[in-house]
Amino acid sequence: MAKILAVDDSASMRSMVAFTLRGAGHDVDEADNGQAALDTARGTKFDLVLADVNMPVMDGISMVREMRTMAGYSGVPILMLTTESNPEKKMEGKAAGATGWLVKPFDPDQLLATVARVLG
Amino acid sequence: MNEQASTASAASDEAAQYLTVNLGNEEYGVDILAVREIRGWTPVTRIPQAPSYVLGVLNLRGAIVPVLDLRLRFGLAREEYTATTVCVIVMVAGRQFGVVVDAVSDVVDVSPGGIRPVPDMGTTVDTEYLKGLTSVGERMVLLLDVDRLLQPQDAQMLEAALASSDVKAVA
Amino acid sequence: MSKVDLAQFHKAFHEESLDGLDAMEQALLALDEGAEDPELINVVFRAAHSIKGGAATFGFTDVAAFTHVAENLMDEVRSGRRPMEKAVVELLLRSGDTVRDMLALSMAGQPAATAESQALLAELSAMVSGGTAAVPAAAKAAAPAETIEGWDIAFRPFDYLLKTGNDPARMFRELGALGPLRVECDAGKLPALADMDASSSYLGWTLHLDAGAKRAAVEGVFDWVDGDCDLTLTPRVAAPAPAAPAAAPAAPSAPRAVRDVATNSEASSVRVGIEKIDTLINLVGELVITQSMLSQFHDGVDASQLEMLRHGLAQLARHTRELQESVMSIRMLPISTVFNRFPRLVRDLAQKLDKKVVLDLRGETTELDKTVLEKIGDPLVHLVRNAIDHGLEVPAKRLAAGKGDTGTLRMEAFHRGGSIVVEVADDGAGLNRDAIVAKAVQRGIIASGDGMSDDAVAELIFEAGFSTAAATTDLSGRGVGMDVVRRNVMDLGGTVGIRSTQGSGTTFTITLPLTLAIIDGLTAAVGEETYIVPLVSIVESVQVKPDAVRSVVGGGELFRFRDQWLPIVRLFDVFGCEGRRRSVDEGIVIVVEGEGTRIGLFVDELIGQQQAVVKSLEANYRRVAGISGATILADGSVALIADVTGLVRMQGRRKAA
Repeated sequence: MAKILAVDDSASMRSMVAFTLRGAGHDVDEADNGQAALDTARGTKFDLVLADVNMPVMDGISMVREMRTMAGYSGVPILMLTTESNPEKKMEGKAAGATGWLVKPFDPDQLLATVARVLG
Repeated sequence: MNEQASTASAASDEAAQYLTVNLGNEEYGVDILAVREIRGWTPVTRIPQAPSYVLGVLNLRGAIVPVLDLRLRFGLAREEYTATTVCVIVMVAGRQFGVVVDAVSDVVDVSPGGIRPVPDMGTTVDTEYLKGLTSVGERMVLLLDVDRLLQPQDAQMLEAALASSDVKAVA
Repeated sequence: MSKVDLAQFHKAFHEESLDGLDAMEQALLALDEGAEDPELINVVFRAAHSIKGGAATFGFTDVAAFTHVAENLMDEVRSGRRPMEKAVVELLLRSGDTVRDMLALSMAGQPAATAESQALLAELSAMVSGGTAAVPAAAKAAAPAETIEGWDIAFRPFDYLLKTGNDPARMFRELGALGPLRVECDAGKLPALADMDASSSYLGWTLHLDAGAKRAAVEGVFDWVDGDCDLTLTPRVAAPAPAAPAAAPAAPSAPRAVRDVATNSEASSVRVGIEKIDTLINLVGELVITQSMLSQFHDGVDASQLEMLRHGLAQLARHTRELQESVMSIRMLPISTVFNRFPRLVRDLAQKLDKKVVLDLRGETTELDKTVLEKIGDPLVHLVRNAIDHGLEVPAKRLAAGKGDTGTLRMEAFHRGGSIVVEVADDGAGLNRDAIVAKAVQRGIIASGDGMSDDAVAELIFEAGFSTAAATTDLSGRGVGMDVVRRNVMDLGGTVGIRSTQGSGTTFTITLPLTLAIIDGLTAAVGEETYIVPLVSIVESVQVKPDAVRSVVGGGELFRFRDQWLPIVRLFDVFGCEGRRRSVDEGIVIVVEGEGTRIGLFVDELIGQQQAVVKSLEANYRRVAGISGATILADGSVALIADVTGLVRMQGRRKAA
């Protein structure tokens, strides 16, 4: 069981991710934008962060950049949830310090497979 | 209960179930899919300007549900409400209402082929509220068109009457 | 693998998509008016992007395909490759409408692509340069089959690799899952201990995978570190032989979400702010404490504990009241959820009628009960249509009247006393008194307008069958008139008033109860029955002496109340109650006021005061004149709630008849 932070401004995507991960026995917190995710992450140590790219207030890429400077978060896996139409976002995410990505649309099984891959 | 086997055997695959209820000497069928609950008679709160067959409303787990008396609906004499009087709660088109009958008797299977049109016969009931009739063994069951029992038409007509009085009104 | 039923997220997806579309529409309208905030463009992009992503995830491929093209169009605008021209705004506004329709179809389990959506999709595609019309197919051509025995991999991560959250050990485990793996470590680059940075990686590896894994599977292990390391993949190719397929992680099968066809049922829901929930949780916590405090009196109370008991009960009463208020506040939503649709409506109407209109929205954060919000939209739309269609003049006419060429339509919500007031005001021509009087006379509503005040004349437009439109346009009219507006508002327990000044405009004032769900009421006995009269309408309850009553022609009775003569309405007559008719001095007269008119309701006796949870009579039955709803009394029986405004009107009609 891992402690996972799911960040997405879309409530339906967020609940899909959270529901699936909880079903697999993980402990999931949610945040609806990058800033909220940083605030949450400051108080709790997460084993994995899953973040959407396009979000209001603070987008996912800025969030990764910020999060990497936070104590305890330099090596924590952060996966970007990107769309396939946007290869340059993958690179931007990587440059900001993201661990990897999961391409939307994904289904619950793909999500679990990817999370299993990062958590080893 | 056994008689129903004879009808059921003749039935095509899409037999529907009906709850039969008694009213005087006649037996009526209510589509079981519309039936929500069968309960004893409890006093209701009378509603102003209601047709005589609408007895009033009762509290059904927090919902306000009108109750009508099937006898009065069909123009029969009113019976005393006793401990054996039954109120069948039905749900039609998203609306719930209670129907007071003398007693409930049976659940029968009726195949579409077993439903015959209602001839203009001597029943006390206006055929408008019937979908048809069927036989269960020796018994004849009149199938109720539950949708029409608490006709919104009644309400509309009444509202139309009220509205027309508006026109004459002076501000 | 997982058995997650995606259908459970459809409703949330639908709701957030509608919110997104609303935000998109507002942003487009602002852009249309020349706003240059780049965030507006982002809002539009994000809406299209999110809906596309969600639709693809939840299996609504038609919606995904459509929004994908809209997103591409927005991406061109966002990246500066295309100016935000009128034509783009127009097309995107229409696209928003279409997506709304498509979502509704999808939710109903129907195919969302319609002839209309396809036509619009074609327009969108044509506008997008290079116009690709569909989501790129996910399936790439399969890599050519190689007959591979194994892989030799040289892997040297750059020193920052660990900081990206990628862990070589984990990657090796992943490789190991593909087949037997031998790992050789090259520590040659390791710095002296003193210079070591714990979060940097200094090692290099040579890996030997002794299995014929597919290239894509091996590359897949390293795809996230592409560019963050030196990587060489060398396949060991064997003589052509049917290589046993390695245990590559099977591509997860994509289970099709079972579409719940029955999602059509509109179970309505409320989204609630976290802070409201927190308040509730705190209150419930306090309630639990109070309860446990009180439970110590389970076995009886001795005199020394009385004060404590009294204190506990008082606390219980307070917490219960606070809990009730908090729960009620959950039903309250800002009126902006209704106001939001008006910028578009006003823009479209004004365009259609060649009028210039500025919409001035105020008090958008004013909160209303959710039920009221759902039902107030239609009456407001009607008033706004009317104002633009009939109230506001075309620019030339306004200039001729000495006004600016642009008319103002103000929609404002605010609190007044225990009510919420919503005003719709225009600075147009105002009501034409002569035309209204003529019409009313022609319709037989009045005999003549002589002696009628302007306000009384204005009130005439609410009469059934009255329409002020000289020529019915397709905007207003539509067979419904102001009487329907008034009826809708009355159904919500509210009132509509009108003020108009010829030449300078018309203001409609809708007054609504703060909340529908709970009222304070006076319980009154009438014959064998019990009715509840809302406290808010009650002026005073009085005993009337027979000598203060005057009979009038036609059978009515008036009684003297302060300086006025008020009609007496015997509730048992109006409601047809059984029971003895008493003379006035045997009962109580409750003086009530509705729409500024007072009447006396004659009842047998007052039973008490109580809060009543208002239940709808219409949900299962229908409207009943003089009754606004029902409630459940402490003994579980039903009591009806008197509709004071309705009773006042009924009395007015009786007088007129």
